[in-house]
Amino acid sequence: MTYLLSIITFLPAVAAAILALFLRGSGEATANNAKWLALIATSATFLISLILLVGFDPANPGMQFVEEGSWIAGLHYKMGVDGISILFVLLTTFLMPITILSCWGVETRVKEYMIAFLLLESLMLGVFMALDLVLFYLFFEAGLIPMFLIIGIWGGQNRIYAAFKFFLYTFLGSVLMLVAMIAMYMAAGTTDIPTLMAFEFSSEPMAVLGMTITGGLQTLLFLAFFASFAVKMPMWPVHTWLPDAHVQAPTGGSVVLAAIMLKMGGYGFLRFSLPMFPVGSAVMADLVFWMSAIAIVYTSLVALAQEDMKKLIAYSSVAHMGYVTMGIFAANQQGVDGAIFQMISHGFISGAMFLCVGVIYDRMHTREIDAYGGLVSRMPAYALVFMFFTMANVGLPGTSGFIGEFLVLAGIFQVNTWVAAVATTGVILSAAYGLYLYRRVAFGALVKEALATIQDMSRRERAIFAPLIVMTLLLGVYPALVTDIIGPSVAQLVTDYHASIPAVAEVATH
Amino acid sequence: MATIILFAPLIGSILCGFGWRLIGEKAATWLATLLLFVAAVLSWNIFLTFDGETQHITVLRFIESGSLTTEWGIRLDRMSAIMLVVVNSVSALVHLYSIGYMAHDENWSHGESYRPRFFAYLSFFTFAMLALITSDSLVQMFFGWEGVGVASYLLIGFYYKKPSANAAAMKAFVVNRVGDFGFALGIFALFYLTDSVNFDDVFAAAPKLAETNLRFLWTEWNAANLIGVLLFIGAMGKSAQLFLHTWLPDAMEGPTPVSALIHAATMVTAGVFLVCRMSPIYEFAPDAKTMIVVVGATTAFFAATVGLVQNDIKRVIAYSTCSQLGYMFVAAGVGVYPVAMFHLFTHAFFKAMLFLGAGSVIHAMHHEQDMRNYGGLRKKVPFTFWAMLIGTLAITGVGIPLTHYGFAGFLSKDAVIESAWVGSNYAFTLLVIAAFMTSFYSWRLMFMTFFGAPRGDAEKHAHAHESPAVMLVPLAVLAMGAIFAGMVWYNSFFGDEAKMRAWFGIEAAAQGEAAATDHGTEAAATEAAPVDAASSEHTNEAAPAAPEAVTTEAAPATTAEVVATEAAAPEAGVAPKGAIYLGADNHVIHEAHNAPTWVKVSPFVAMVLGFLLAWKFYIRSPELPGKLAAQQRPLYLFLLNKWYFDELYDAIFVKPALWLGRFLWKRGDEKVIDGTLNGVALGIIPFFTKLAGRWQSGYVFTYAFAMVLGIAALLTWMTLTVGH
Repeated sequence: MTYLLSIITFLPAVAAAILALFLRGSGEATANNAKWLALIATSATFLISLILLVGFDPANPGMQFVEEGSWIAGLHYKMGVDGISILFVLLTTFLMPITILSCWGVETRVKEYMIAFLLLESLMLGVFMALDLVLFYLFFEAGLIPMFLIIGIWGGQNRIYAAFKFFLYTFLGSVLMLVAMIAMYMAAGTTDIPTLMAFEFSSEPMAVLGMTITGGLQTLLFLAFFASFAVKMPMWPVHTWLPDAHVQAPTGGSVVLAAIMLKMGGYGFLRFSLPMFPVGSAVMADLVFWMSAIAIVYTSLVALAQEDMKKLIAYSSVAHMGYVTMGIFAANQQGVDGAIFQMISHGFISGAMFLCVGVIYDRMHTREIDAYGGLVSRMPAYALVFMFFTMANVGLPGTSGFIGEFLVLAGIFQVNTWVAAVATTGVILSAAYGLYLYRRVAFGALVKEALATIQDMSRRERAIFAPLIVMTLLLGVYPALVTDIIGPSVAQLVTDYHASIPAVAEVATH
Repeated sequence: MATIILFAPLIGSILCGFGWRLIGEKAATWLATLLLFVAAVLSWNIFLTFDGETQHITVLRFIESGSLTTEWGIRLDRMSAIMLVVVNSVSALVHLYSIGYMAHDENWSHGESYRPRFFAYLSFFTFAMLALITSDSLVQMFFGWEGVGVASYLLIGFYYKKPSANAAAMKAFVVNRVGDFGFALGIFALFYLTDSVNFDDVFAAAPKLAETNLRFLWTEWNAANLIGVLLFIGAMGKSAQLFLHTWLPDAMEGPTPVSALIHAATMVTAGVFLVCRMSPIYEFAPDAKTMIVVVGATTAFFAATVGLVQNDIKRVIAYSTCSQLGYMFVAAGVGVYPVAMFHLFTHAFFKAMLFLGAGSVIHAMHHEQDMRNYGGLRKKVPFTFWAMLIGTLAITGVGIPLTHYGFAGFLSKDAVIESAWVGSNYAFTLLVIAAFMTSFYSWRLMFMTFFGAPRGDAEKHAHAHESPAVMLVPLAVLAMGAIFAGMVWYNSFFGDEAKMRAWFGIEAAAQGEAAATDHGTEAAATEAAPVDAASSEHTNEAAPAAPEAVTTEAAPATTAEVVATEAAAPEAGVAPKGAIYLGADNHVIHEAHNAPTWVKVSPFVAMVLGFLLAWKFYIRSPELPGKLAAQQRPLYLFLLNKWYFDELYDAIFVKPALWLGRFLWKRGDEKVIDGTLNGVALGIIPFFTKLAGRWQSGYVFTYAFAMVLGIAALLTWMTLTVGH
């Protein structure tokens, strides 16, 4: 049990190493072996991570399963989970076997493809568990590489442009974060995350280039981290890499990108921005609110005009992430609970939406909405699944999509009614673009000749969707499964946050 | 028992939708129908034996986040008992009817299986509706609210091959979401101020809300009024009130049984139900109530004018529904929630019957819906004719004036109009005019369909046939309701105030009795009323003061009265008892009972005039309507095109939204954002392209490896230099 977190984190990487070192040849048998090994490794990781869930004590808001040790060159190795991070770990381990299954049809460089996904899983898990600044940074940045490769090698026509756009955007953001990390180390003398969370960074106003900065160092550090996390989320207006990346990425890449990688930004806000720079967060909260509210309306409208299915869903992801950032910085129980819930739920729903596109893309090799129409006639099972996730994406009560949105909006309403009202228009717009997409793809008479022989979902495809449907419904009907686990940690986070903001700053921001 | 009622339709839906491949189509559809009948019988049992004491049944935990805690649960009181009966009875009958109606459908080719899907949707709808009406919190209500929206979406778009059906389905969902926008904000505001979304807590906090101001958007609002208005916006969407009504006529694209169940009897009345359910809030929100009255009355009038000239038989009835919903809102808005529920109750029977009757006609005429191609069908479909006749007599409000004998609509609609007279001249006037028009278009429908010479396709007329028994039995049952529902329950809803209070479980029955019997008290009550009316006009400051004013006004009457008034005011922190709350100063029902004779007779007179005019136009001299339409062409077109709402909305909402979406995408994202960032990255581009060239030749992994090394080296250097 002592090394549980390390086992979970590095099991996929070990599998990747085995694939890289011991699996030779390039025939079909090799490809199959690679796929099966990847599936087994990711499934085993998931099963082991369930032990984590069983052993986790939700009543304890602190870090659990902590592992600590020295590492090369004076660096520190520290892992741990709390109520905020544990569900992201489980989300990742849960989704990876599904992603691997969805890649079953890939034919080019299968072994490398599997290696990339396995490595990616390890790195993403590391991000959610790392309790040391440097370790976190390593995982956070290194995770870019396998994704960069997945898009760049197995992507669509314009993959190089998309891969570099993805890489540059996210990497440039990270450089600022690195600078901030150095500054933090200099101020606090440690890279230990729990210690840093308790450390009070200076919030004395300071003058930079003749401008007085309220919140001082905290605001600057906040902004530096913000640059990285905002790109990752992505928040408007630095979201434009996401649609391109999604469009070019293979289905599996899109699923991981939307379902897990985007959450690193949100997780970062919760792990760093709010607890370490409370004053900075309070000072900048209004900016974040408005960026989020604009994102919801702006990207929803843009989604309405899309002609490419994946782009449409990508834009809808940006809108949904708008709720997340808004909820986090509302900094009350409902807002933060809702933000985490929304991230978990979006993991299932957006993953499933991209898988839905994948199903018909595999058959027709086009993402053009106009190329489809009337699919319900020949693909009733697919139409049902697609309808279900469209409704979940729209935030229908009874699905997990509703709970997150509802809590976030209930949270933000207490802080800023204008933002709440603008953000609530998202419920209208999401219905408009979601149903408009569905109508063009699935409804109508099936008249296009190319579609005349299209086949309904195979057993494998049904098996992929089944767990996602179960989770979406389960969390929608019984959200306590999530809120019981995150509640105490979030309560702690919110209390600490409000305790560390001087009354003056609190007043100034509201 | 309530739990069984709630889940029977869900089980039916799942078994029918997924299990039909195992048990066969026929068994699946009958199974769903049977489960609905079980639910209906149990509902009547609850309705008839319910003792007025509110019961709470917890099913499962739901959202819990900090102080926000809700449960899946059942709240059983008179309101939900009424709705249970309405929803399950109509739904069971519609299920039965659909077995006949959907047996052969020309929209599907041979071998396509559509029946189990239809029944699964119907049953799912019923489940969602039951979840709505039995909810004990606003969040569960919202679940049902959206659930019925989805069911409605699926059923309107049931003929998914027809573009018009798909468009109508989407429109219904999106317009409803506009309403939900208001509903959701209302819930958030309530949670913010009362720290709860459960009915009892919210009701208990209502008096405090009236004294609270809330900054919302650009200005300060009285909290009770604001919440009342926001929730009412939700109700407007669901109940197709003016400005958010445009989806309802289009919803007629769905199969006719759907129109009967969802778009006449149950779902569209959810808005009225919401307002009545929230009566403890609305009693403290005079401005919101005024808005409800104005919107309701205007809708009743507007929809009736449009109904005058429509030619599609279902659209006439759809506009009629829209109009009748306006009546219900007026009743709720003037503060006589029981009367709103009464009209909801009777309307469910006769309107469902009119739709099912229309369905029977359409079935007979091979899916012809244009009344201009009907005529003389009285003899072809005699049973349907009699059913429709009863429905028409009920909706137009036929009865013996100044007595309580008449068809269901006579009693409930007159109760609405009498209450409107107490509350608002505007509403009273419009409702009487609407009653005249209702009578006209209803008889127009009857005359065009069943009388005169056959028009249109002779072939269709030749083959017209009466519907099978599974379709006629539901009609017969509903006809019973249309005849007797008003007379049997008149006193419980409206006629006898003391009985009504007991029936709804309202605690302060003593006051009602006192007011009804004691002459001195009566005078005090009437004296008090003008004060209320006046004070409700100066909103913010006067509203909290109003209860006091009444108490002082009423004081001289009798001591018993004073005690009763105080008992009626909810004690701070405790939810008022009963399904409906009537403020201590709410004497509308009492005054409506004492309305002058001319007020009581006016709807009857309007009805007779409407009948005579229709008779003149469509029996006596059938050339008149055409002439009039030609003569008043602009007005005719204005009405025929439904006041051009669709065109207007398309021009100001739909088109600009699509244009803006494109603009933000092409200009915003691609030009401004990408353009700027690419400009910044310009220096890197040569490097970029060079890399891209090498990419193809397999150096990718080398680069990737170099990146990892780079980061690692950077970090190591950083830690070493800074740390030591």
